[in-house]
Amino acid sequence: MKAAVVTFPGSNCDRDLATAFEKMGFQVTRVWHKDSALPEGTDVVGLPGGFSFGDYLRCGAIAAQSPIAAAVQAHAARGGYVLGICNGFQVLTEMRLLPGALMRNAGLKFLCKTVTLKVATQDSPFTNAIPKGAEIQIPIAHHDGNYTIDAEGLKALQDQDRIAFTYAQNPNGATADIAGVLSANRRVLGMMPHPERVIEPEQGGTDGRGLFASLISGMALA
Amino acid sequence: MKARVTVMLKAGVLDVQGEAVRHALGTLGFEGVHGVRQGKVIELDLAETENAEETVKAMCEKLLANTVIESYRVEIL
Repeated sequence: MKAAVVTFPGSNCDRDLATAFEKMGFQVTRVWHKDSALPEGTDVVGLPGGFSFGDYLRCGAIAAQSPIAAAVQAHAARGGYVLGICNGFQVLTEMRLLPGALMRNAGLKFLCKTVTLKVATQDSPFTNAIPKGAEIQIPIAHHDGNYTIDAEGLKALQDQDRIAFTYAQNPNGATADIAGVLSANRRVLGMMPHPERVIEPEQGGTDGRGLFASLISGMALA
Repeated sequence: MKARVTVMLKAGVLDVQGEAVRHALGTLGFEGVHGVRQGKVIELDLAETENAEETVKAMCEKLLANTVIESYRVEIL
């Protein structure tokens, strides 16, 4: 299984994400934002956390227009997997690969702590090995994680079972406690919490493993 | 020629920064501020062109505004 991790200027979780993919059994290639193509045979693209382009204009807005973005769009359009974490989630909404937008936290503060997430659906390649309703401990670290979507968009997400994770206690004002959402074909996931930061016990937890394990087992079957 | 783009959060989208500014104004003793909405102004210096307004609107749709949550106004100066 081949993963490509994109680095934008200002990404700072790209190495963590690449390491997490490697530890979980993926072959990883690092990709620069100015590259115009993904490596041949890429199964999953990882868009990491950080502050791409200094969060200028809006978080993720400029990264979403970078040369590699067109290749990521094409990868998603042909049914490839994409995982966007934190700033990567913001980039995916700016690319319109996921609905909604991420606004400033309701409390206006940068939040950096471990939170409890509920796994809201098992029907996704990212969560099929985690029981629905399971509670997992995953760190958050963001200033703009307040997921915002209009009533119509929220209803579509709910009707199509596309909410992947919710916060047990809403830290940032996100609509319907949403921490992560899926695309219509369920192969693109964006989430604010950082599963790549809880892979090995030395990191203080291993609850992030389930997501990567789901992905690799699902892809082995496909 | 110059163009000015004003980007604001759409009506109905909670502006938490604007609310913080409103609270601060109240703390400073300015009474009667019922609401504050914070946006941004982007000034563009453009080559002379016939379809400037259309072009700037396209820039807004593609990059300058996130139309999921923001509205924009274009002025050609």
